[in-house]
Amino acid sequence: MPQQYTFGKATASYPDVPYEEKERLFREVKEDPRYEDFLYGCYECGICVSACPSARFYDYSPRVIAQTMAREDVDRFYEILAEDIWNCAQCFSCVRCPRQNNPGGLVTLIREVAVRNGIQETRDVLQGYTRVIYKVMLKGNQVSPDMLQPDFFPDWGPWVASFRGNMEIWRQAIPVDTLRGVTDAAWRTADNTLRELYTIWFETGNLDIIEEVDEGLYELLLDVMEEELEDWE
Amino acid sequence: MTATGFIPIEDILQKKRRPVHRPPDQAHAHDIREELFELEAKGEIIVHRVPEPYVEVETRFGRKKKIPIEHTWHHKSCGQCGHIPGYTSSIFWLHRQFGLDYTDPIDQTSCTGWNYYASGTSNAVAQMAVMSRNFAAAYEEGYYPLIHCGTSFGHYKEVREQLIHHKDLRDQTRRVLEKLGKPLVIPEEIVHYSEWIHVMRHRIAERQVVDMSHIKACVHPACHYHKIVAEDAIYDKEIYGGQRTATITGLLQALGIEVADYSTWFDCCGFGFRHVLVQRDFTRSFAVMRKIEVMIDEAQPDVTITHDTGCVTTLDKSQFAAKAHERRVGVPVLSDAQIAALAMGAHPFRVVQLHWHSTDWRPLMEKLGIDWEYYWNEFQEDLEAIRRGEALMTWEKADGVAIQPN
Repeated sequence: MPQQYTFGKATASYPDVPYEEKERLFREVKEDPRYEDFLYGCYECGICVSACPSARFYDYSPRVIAQTMAREDVDRFYEILAEDIWNCAQCFSCVRCPRQNNPGGLVTLIREVAVRNGIQETRDVLQGYTRVIYKVMLKGNQVSPDMLQPDFFPDWGPWVASFRGNMEIWRQAIPVDTLRGVTDAAWRTADNTLRELYTIWFETGNLDIIEEVDEGLYELLLDVMEEELEDWE
Repeated sequence: MTATGFIPIEDILQKKRRPVHRPPDQAHAHDIREELFELEAKGEIIVHRVPEPYVEVETRFGRKKKIPIEHTWHHKSCGQCGHIPGYTSSIFWLHRQFGLDYTDPIDQTSCTGWNYYASGTSNAVAQMAVMSRNFAAAYEEGYYPLIHCGTSFGHYKEVREQLIHHKDLRDQTRRVLEKLGKPLVIPEEIVHYSEWIHVMRHRIAERQVVDMSHIKACVHPACHYHKIVAEDAIYDKEIYGGQRTATITGLLQALGIEVADYSTWFDCCGFGFRHVLVQRDFTRSFAVMRKIEVMIDEAQPDVTITHDTGCVTTLDKSQFAAKAHERRVGVPVLSDAQIAALAMGAHPFRVVQLHWHSTDWRPLMEKLGIDWEYYWNEFQEDLEAIRRGEALMTWEKADGVAIQPN
């Protein structure tokens, strides 16, 4: 039975880790060169919370993000890293901040660290999401018509089923040359363009990041990209 | 200072009596292009200049922004092309109607920002390299980037600032681009298609064939358009007193549409990036309770107009489940490009592709006096011809004015 984290938020659904580990993760966020662009100080005025959509529906506050980072409260930081960051809608309404803080940007940096370190809660959160990662890394598009499936979008109603029955013909009936007939991507992309994109994923270490959240997906992407790049060379 | 260390009261009063001459229209507005040109002078980057003809418009703090009219490289949007293709085809149709030179590249990837904001499964240099690769492709083709997606627009502007301010990240990005044989190019301006529509709005209105003066619309300004790098969005003192972005609203006013205000105009649509794909309880609730219901209660619009991929999808698709819960919904959602194209007489299905939208758009068409059944039947004939292998849906078929003046 893993040890439960018992202070801070009312309910914690993740195991605690040693303080030194929290400190190490905290330092990783602070060492990002963009960190200094995102946090200047906090008046505690709450304008970010008043504008935040997630604050209305979740136990979430962009002000707490800014405050926690400024105060270097590493225990609360770990709560944020394990849970809070995935509530943020990344709309950046919070950048109305009179101190020009960017709590949404801080969330992005913390998410990156959580992903890079393969934090279990992050792996869990992204489990249902990996098909998007697969699509964006291989096709250079994030969504495509063939992702619109009734099983994934039951709440969008009968339109999705009707669309599935017509997808092939509707895609043929688009006047834009780069879209016409394409169902597995948003538009037709040149092969060389995709090879350049794969090179970017390799050269920037982006592919290694995927290994931390889903080893199976990583292996699949690696195989396809390596083969494609070998043929190119 | 006196010996006591206090400033004499008379000195303070004297200073207060001195009038301050600082007219706001002459105040210095930060111009990121100055830093771009400095980097170019050092040989670090190439700045892609806005081609002529262009129109200068005012941004939030007064900086003049150049919006190119033609010779544009269309940086398409995944969500628009994948799920709302009438959005994309309307943008192109408008360009074609005005006979403007543009290119629709296949040497383009997504900005990958949607995934980045949803999952964090990337890093700064990868995001910079993806952006710069696309910009280099546009530069090499000799066309100027026009960004279709609001997220790409906001994301690229933030990434551009980071590239400018962090030499380490810039050097790393340049090394990646060298592997691709591409230069590090940054455009002088990052331009959203809705800004192009904004500067074209009077020309669009001159060619309007569908009367829209009896229509009421609510406007949803996209967060990533006017919030991420807020100072770069278009503002106009004549529109909302310069207190909100002028894009979309300027167009609607030019078309004679009544723009109806509602109290939650600043709220996001609920898209959430990750949420819309895998945690839509949040998306649906927010879109309905904080946007659509408020619009209905306060403004009773015939349509909601927005200017970004995620906003159209979220506001449109979220209404079905809410209807099952007897919430107050039923407002069709279109982009500014689609309403502009309809106003100029674009075919509702060949061009505007209304059949990709969920919330019932038929009452709006009927109120506009557009016989949607006639055009739907025409489109069904197109589909039959495609099925028989007799014809493709090409611009030859979709170009031109389909709707007769009402």
